[in-house]
Parts: sequence; C-alpha cells; structure tokens
Amino acid sequence: MPKSRIIGSDFPQRDLLPKITGRARYAEDFRADGMLFAKLLLSPVPRGRVRRLDTSAALAMDGVYAVVTADDFPSVDPPGEAVLTNEPVYQGQPIAAVAAVDETTAAEAVERLRLDMERLPFALDPLDSLRPNGPNARDEGNVYGDEGIETLKWTSNDMAAVEQGRRPEGVEGTVEWSFGDLDDAFARADLVIEEPIVHQSQTHHPMEPRSSMAYWRNGKVHLHVSTQSTQRTQQALAGWLGMDEEDVVVVSEYTGGGFGSKIRGTITDVIPAALARQAGRPVMMRVTRDEETYFGRARTGLSGWVKFGFRADGRILAIDLFLIQDNGPFGRAGDFNSAGTTSSLAYQPEAMRLQALPVLTNTPPRSAQRAPGGMQAIAMLEPVVDKAARQLNVDRLDVRLINAPTHRSPVGPNRSEVTSAYVREALELGRELFDWDRKKELSGQVNGTKATGVGVALSPYVGGSSGVDGLLVIRPDGKLYVHQGIGNLGTHSVFDTAMVAAEVLGMPWEETEIVSGDTSRHLPRSTVQAGSQTTHAHTRANHAAAMDAKRKIQELAAGDLGGAPDDYEVADGRVFRRGSPATGLSFAGIAERAMELGGRYDGHELAEDLHSDTVRSARALAGQGLMGVARDNYSHDGSTYSFVVGFCLVEVDRETGVVDLKEYLPVTDCGTVLNPRSLAAQIHGGGLQGISVALFEKWAFDSQWGVNSNKRFYTAKPVSILDVPVAMDYGAVDLPDPETPVGAKGIGEPPIGAGAAAVACAIADALGGIYLTRTPLTPDKILNAIEGRSPAYGPLQTHV
Amino acid sequence: MGVVRDMMKPFELFQPTELDGALDLLSRHGSDAWILSGGMDTFDWLKDRAKQPSVVVDLGGVSELKGIEGTEDGIRIGAMASLTEVATHPEITSRYPLLAESAEKVATPQIRQQGTLGGNLCQDTRCWYYRSGWPCYRAGGNICYANTPTALNREHCVFEANRCVAVSPSDTAPALIALDARMTIRSRRSERTVEAEDFFLGPATDITRMTVLRPGELLTEIHVPQRWAGQSYYFEKVADRKAWDFALANVAATFQRQNGRIQDARICVGAVAAKPLRLRNVEAALRGQSVDNSLLEQVGELAVRNARPLRQNEYKVSLTRNLVKRAIRDART
Repeated sequence: MPKSRIIGSDFPQRDLLPKITGRARYAEDFRADGMLFAKLLLSPVPRGRVRRLDTSAALAMDGVYAVVTADDFPSVDPPGEAVLTNEPVYQGQPIAAVAAVDETTAAEAVERLRLDMERLPFALDPLDSLRPNGPNARDEGNVYGDEGIETLKWTSNDMAAVEQGRRPEGVEGTVEWSFGDLDDAFARADLVIEEPIVHQSQTHHPMEPRSSMAYWRNGKVHLHVSTQSTQRTQQALAGWLGMDEEDVVVVSEYTGGGFGSKIRGTITDVIPAALARQAGRPVMMRVTRDEETYFGRARTGLSGWVKFGFRADGRILAIDLFLIQDNGPFGRAGDFNSAGTTSSLAYQPEAMRLQALPVLTNTPPRSAQRAPGGMQAIAMLEPVVDKAARQLNVDRLDVRLINAPTHRSPVGPNRSEVTSAYVREALELGRELFDWDRKKELSGQVNGTKATGVGVALSPYVGGSSGVDGLLVIRPDGKLYVHQGIGNLGTHSVFDTAMVAAEVLGMPWEETEIVSGDTSRHLPRSTVQAGSQTTHAHTRANHAAAMDAKRKIQELAAGDLGGAPDDYEVADGRVFRRGSPATGLSFAGIAERAMELGGRYDGHELAEDLHSDTVRSARALAGQGLMGVARDNYSHDGSTYSFVVGFCLVEVDRETGVVDLKEYLPVTDCGTVLNPRSLAAQIHGGGLQGISVALFEKWAFDSQWGVNSNKRFYTAKPVSILDVPVAMDYGAVDLPDPETPVGAKGIGEPPIGAGAAAVACAIADALGGIYLTRTPLTPDKILNAIEGRSPAYGPLQTHV
Repeated sequence: MGVVRDMMKPFELFQPTELDGALDLLSRHGSDAWILSGGMDTFDWLKDRAKQPSVVVDLGGVSELKGIEGTEDGIRIGAMASLTEVATHPEITSRYPLLAESAEKVATPQIRQQGTLGGNLCQDTRCWYYRSGWPCYRAGGNICYANTPTALNREHCVFEANRCVAVSPSDTAPALIALDARMTIRSRRSERTVEAEDFFLGPATDITRMTVLRPGELLTEIHVPQRWAGQSYYFEKVADRKAWDFALANVAATFQRQNGRIQDARICVGAVAAKPLRLRNVEAALRGQSVDNSLLEQVGELAVRNARPLRQNEYKVSLTRNLVKRAIRDART
C-alpha cells in the first residue's frame, strides 16, 4: 500500500488530552446509583486449606450487604484458577469478598471474617522443589510433564552440581525439542561456552490496578473493567461467571497498562458481579497496589544453563538451552517455548536443542508479560554472546550481523519461515545513528571511579496474526465510523490501525471516528490485544473492510452517475469520476443511498465468511449507513516477527556499583511505520521497561515465611523517569513487510528484550568482561563482582 | 480474623493552627496521638493498619513550625519546612550546601514538596518486616525476622545491631550531624535542646524508638551553627534508583582545612546502622593530616572496623569504606 496522507503521519494521539486533563474514565471512575464497595479477604499463607470460614460477624454488621466465597462461582478442576478459593496456592489469593455501603465498612467486615486455616508445606524456588524430599507446590505434584502434573526430584549429587553452577549430568527436561545435528555442530565449533543464567520473575506493575465495577440490568451484567482487549474480554468474563457471552456487557474505555497481565480482563473482575447479584445493588471493587502485587500476575522466571558453539568468525553453530521455569501455581506457562523459538531466530544456529522443566511454585500467578520468554532469553543470552565475541576477538556488532536472520529465515523447531527481517539494515542504521565504531573505543575506559561500557543487543519477537474481521460504517453525517474491538491500554493501536481505513477511503483523519471501549457498541471479531498482534491483524482487517466499503461506494456512484465502478475515485470525504472531479457524491449522500438500497450496502446482507461475533454486531448496525465489513483473507505466508536492536552506553561506578544510563538508542524493523509518535512511545517505553527489569525491579521472597518483600512501587522499584537519559533518539528501517497489505508489523514486545540485554551487555563491557547473567543488576551485585566477593546467593537461586 | 492492608482505618483528626494548641493536643492524648507532618511516613503506616492511632494531629496549619531564617549564629529551620525549601533556600544552598544536597537526594520532587525536614528526621525505619506489621522486637515482640538464615536483609545494618537490624532511612540526618546541628524539642510544659547526634537512638538504647522524642514531645526546629558554614564538604547517597528510593548507604562530611591539612572534620554515615553513625575514630585520624592514598586506605579501614555484615549485605561494608574514602578525597568547597 503506497504511503500517503495518513499512514506514517505524526498524528497526536486522541487520548492525549483526556488523559492529561483527567477526563479519561478508567474502571474505578464510574459510579452507579446505590453503589456498594467491595473488599477482599486474601490468603495469609502461600499454601493452605480453609477449614472453616465464619462470615456471621461480618454479615451482622450495619451496612454490610453481601459476602461471597468460592461456593458462589463455578468450580474449577486443579490446577485451574478459581475466582475465589478454599485451597489457596499462593499468598494473597482471594478467599472471600464483602460488599458494604463504603470501603471503611467493607474493610472492617473483612477483619471480622473468622478464617480457620490449615497451613500446608509450600515451594517458592523451583530448585527447592526439585531437591530430594523438597516440597511440592500442589497435591498433584511439582512439575509439568507430558501427561500433566507429576512429581520429579533430582538427586543430591545433581543438587551439588547446581550449587557449583554446573548443569547436572543426565538431568532432563520434561519438554524437549530440537533441530539439526547438535553433536556435530558442537564438534565443529571453535569455541564452546556454557553459562548458568537466572532471569527472575517480576510483577507487571500497571499504573492502573485491576479495579472493576458491576451492576445487573434486565438479566445482563454490565462490567466496567481494566482490560487490554475489549471484544475478546466478554467471552472470558462470561466463562468465569458461568454465563452466556451475550449476557455480559464489557466497558473499558481506558486501561492504565496491562503488559500482558490483563489480556482478557482478569479473573478477579467478576467478583463485584457476584456481589452485585447477591446484594441487588451495583458494586465497585477498587484494587489496591498491595493486592495488585499479590494477584495482578507476574512474568515467569527462567533459569538454567545455556551452551553455545561458535565458529572462530563468530557464527553460532549450536545452542543447547536448559530452562527451569518458575511456573507459579497454575497452568503451564509457555515462556520456555518462546525463549527457545526467539533464540533460534535471533542466532540462526545450525542445530539447537531446548529442554525445559516447568516447576510449580507457590508464588503469584504468572501470565504473559511483554515478550514472554523471548525477553528472558535475550536478556540472558546476549551477554553470553558478548563473552564469546570477546574471546574470539570479534566486534560485537559484527557478531550480530553474521548471525542475523533475514527474509524467510527459519524459526523454531518446525522451521517455519519469517515473512521479513530487515535486521542487517537495522544494525547498520544503528551503527550510524549511535556511532558504534567510535563509541566502542570507549569500552572499559575509566574516568575517575567510573568505567564506560557500550552494548548492543538484538531482540526479535512475534509481530502479528491475521484472519479477523473489520467493520465500519459511513453514516449520513458524512463521517467514517471504524468499529474496533481491540482495547485502549496505551499502545495507541486502537487509533493507529483505523488510519488504514481512512487512508483507503480517502477520508480526512479528523472525520474518522473510532467506536470502541464497550461491547454494546457492536464490535467486530478482534484479536486479543496481546502478542503484538493488533497492528498487523487490524491494519489488515480494516484494510479489508475499507476495500469492501470503497467497492460499494464506487458501485453506488456508477449506478447514480453513470459509467463503471472503476471509473470512480475516493478522496476528501467524497466519491468522484476520475478526470471529472465535479461529477460525484459526498459520503453523506452515499450513506443515504446505501440505506435506501439496503442489502449488502447497509449491512443487511453479509458475507458468509464473517465470524459470528461480527455478524451479531453487523446485524445490529445494519441500516445506519454504508457498511464496510470483511474478513481479512489476505495472504499471510510465514511467521511475522519484528525486531529491535538496542544500543546503550553506561557508566559504572567502580566504588559503589551504581550504573548510570547515559544513552539508549533503539532501532527497529517493524515494517511500515504507521505513526512515528506511537512507535517512539513503544520502543522507548518498552526499552526502558527492559532496562527496569535488568537494573532495578525486585521480586524477593522470605523463603521461611513465603512472603513477598516488595509489594509497593518504592520497594519493587520499577524504573523512574529520573533514571533514564533526558533525550533519547530512535531509528526505524521503515520498509514494508511483503506479507501484509499495509506492510506494518506489531512492535509492542521486541523493545523490552533489547533494552534489558543492551544494558546488561554494556555493564559487562564496563566491567572489562565480568558477565553477570542474572537480573536485576543492583549495586550490591555489581560491587560484589568488582571486588571479587562471592554473591549472597547460590548460582541458580531465585527470589533474592 | 481477616487481615486488610493498604486501606486506612478511621481516626479522629485534629488540625491545630498554633504550636501551643498542637502541644496541648499531644499532651492530652499522649501515646494515642500520632503526629502528622508531610505524611510520607505516616500514610504507609496508617494504610497498612500496622499502627492504629485513635488520634492524628496534623501540623500542616501550624505556621510557627515553618520558615527558614538566618540567625546570629547560623540558621534556624522550622521542622515543617519542606524538603524542597531546604534544598533550594538561598541561605542554605550558599552556606550549607551539604544540607541542601542531602535534602535534594530524598525520594522524588513530589515527595520533597510534600515531605518536611522534621518528618525526614523523625521517620521510622523502612525494615519491611517491621513495616508489614510483623511482631518483631521493634514492634514490641521478641524476634527479629530480618536476621535469620533465610531472611532478606540486603538493606539492613552492618553496624551496632542489637537484636534489631533495621537502619536509619534519613538522608538529611547524617548531613545535620556532620554540621553539628541542634534540635529543639518542645512539649506542653518544657523545652529542651539536643545535639543532632544525640537525637537519634539505636536499639541498644531503645528498640522501639528511632529518636529521643517521647509521647507529648515535638521536634520544633533545627539550628545549624555558623561554625561549619562554607567549609568543604561531601554528600553522597547510594541507592538502587535515582529517585523514590532509600539509601543503601549515604555519607555526609565536612572539613576545616588549613595549609593543605585537615584541621577538623565531621563525618557521618547513614543507612548502615539504626541511627546515623558519626565516625569519631575517622575524624580523629584525619586531624592534622594531609590527604594521600595511605591516609585514605587507613581511614577507610577504620570506618568499617566494627562492621558485622548480615547474610546479604556484606557489600555495605565496601560501600561504607568507599564512601568515606571518597568523602575525604573528593570533598567540595
């Protein structure tokens, strides 16, 4: 699709003003008549069983309207997660909820719930669970195997090897895949390097906690929630409530960040619905920061060993990756798998093996977190690549160039092909923008007590799916209404993907309205707002719907004004005859004509390949103007990935271990750039989130009591704006992906791995080759390393 | 019983507008009264229900406690002066840059706007076990959760542990001790003045209090004497983040020099013991000396001679040694 007026333009985001002025309404900003407030009873222990829960004293209080427990929700078979539970498997898991006239009363009522609880043994660190006689996180066992949960223990000899940082001989993962001849590839390697790696779990820390409000009307429940997706959240909430999807209305106009923790809402969203049903009044549950850290989800920690085989010129021949996954207490997370596939793409080894051991732990539940798996792999493996490059005396940018994937490069165990990869172009653009060849000369230079280090890292991640629907209406007011089922969590894709429809239809952006944020507003079948899918999937879907509308407009014009449909063009909100601009109709007139003619023009007749969700919405909108509605049937041959190369310059104070981030420059291949402002927000924001994980964010548990020490921002320490350079530039290759009509790929996720790995590589560079393959790299760890002191924890110990 | 956190309980709020009124209230309610200054320490405690005062006395309306002005012998700072005011007041930035810099390193711009100097000095320790409401020694119990073989104690003390291993969180306290400040303490019936160094208590003296303040007493003003104005000085705070973080260690030092030699010095380190620790042995070793590498090595070792690290905080010994050395080496004029 040729670029023109809208795509690639620097439009200010439409949510900017509402957010700055406070007009934007988040879930907790809504009110309803007679609304009650809810508070939760959380599990005080990491694992236990409720013997008895006496609610009588709470219910006897003035102003208390309802108490719900596990019995008020559909039961769930283990290891699934129930809304409320009598058998908590992590500290802070919700057990009961109270609705009262105000929060003060609700909190006091929670304090009057009498909980008699049996404490059960718990496992926090996967290694503790793998020890001989170590605790299991659940009755069913401690690891995920082929057939579900089973019990697996290592021998004391195995554990002794682990304590020394070595991979025990003979231990195996419960999951394995491989490609190529691994033994042969290692045999041909000039350098084999093996390192233990520890990537911690950590909380998502969205600014908006997962508050929700519910009321019932005419048999339907209306839920105001904080969710990443809108349309696809309806089904999830209905499932947790045991209801039909059509009886659930989801409202989410603005969401204050999710990062994978609120993909389809969140399980606690439905607690106010149950309370509201019982109390017969609307109920608001405002989730606190404390609670958010308990049940607000976390990244899945990965630790283990990586073994690389390098050729003398830096080419990576073989990777053998063994990952112990800190899985949390519920279903098997897929991080280990994405860690493997992302590595296979980033390094293009001839042969590779992934072995993984997902270990259940009694720690907060996991979910995807921005580039799940891929981020952990890149953050841990890139410094090891640097260590090899140093030994082989190969430039670190060159090592990335020689291994870089390109168009149709294979990825993962089934060796599917990527649709496009302009990685070499991104590396070369970054070399120029960052001035790599000059800056690398600063490597290890000491000025006073400060040593300079530079780093470069390559981070790929999946960038798009396809096959969903687009739905739009041109109404008699002459405006274009693009219905968007994706959410508004700050990524701007709900706006930017609609640009495509405006572009195709020659519609001024100011005359284009986005209809979103409420499932009663008739939304098309959409992707979940996750996995960096929306930019790719919904530029395609909106392109398809706009092409459908355009064809209909051309037909209507030809019917009224003569000639063939192809004689007509669209621009500036009207259709006109090519070469004779005066012969035409306004879109307002076209909308009227479509409504008169009906049939396929105004949505009364629909294509058969549309998803039933779209059909439902299109039927509701039929007769309101000219409808464009279509499934994305465009070709999509291959796996779509985006890439970010991060360049970083740090100073490390050798007397304090403090890292000063002086420069960070991300360069991306995300296909065609839709909106440069949105792109900068994603690649800088994601990069800083990665730097946050690499340098600051804490996830530490007291192993005796099983409790988390960092439940507040000031103790969990996500990056602050004062920790980062005032000015940061970025680069974009801006070349279209050939397997999508608009050329744009998703860019939510790859930035984070680039930030984390680039800063880790830069620190190692400043330290003259001390590689710390563990997060976070806090001053204590760095100072211990500089001064040659042994760390305050075991080689693979987590939660420290 | 269910436990609720991050949600305040109701209390009776008093908002006096005069100091005498505030002191009356504190006297009347004794240990039931909670003193609210900027709220930056208070609100955590109240929201977590770990402290449940029935009465809160908000000092925000007491103008007598505000203000910064020069005196015949130095400068007087009202306890309710905001940290931003302390960091930016021309009398302080010109005469006591050590104090201004220490205030400027506290937390965030927003917190410095709201938080007060008095609050920064009187705030309770940040040991997370204690602040989470665990029944430890400091909370009146008979165990320290932070000093067990499995405890998380990276942030805890390396000096003068006595059952409790919590640390002083203040950045301004070491600066005021280095500047030999005096604290004015008033109650309804009396007024007393203590040296900054003596204002703070370690667990050996009183395990449940961080300062000498007793119920009914209020820190009303801080007086910084002329003697150390304009002398060479050094302040540094080491923390994980550059904002919204408490020190892993900090150092405040001031020096009188003559003919290339140190005539006198005051050095204090924070966040490594339950109170800010004045290093008298280092000060003594510096007097009359000119600074060279061997002196730095010698006093660096002296500074940490009595260090007893816990499982996770041996790095704090290095950090203290290095900060003391660079305070002497890199002092500014």
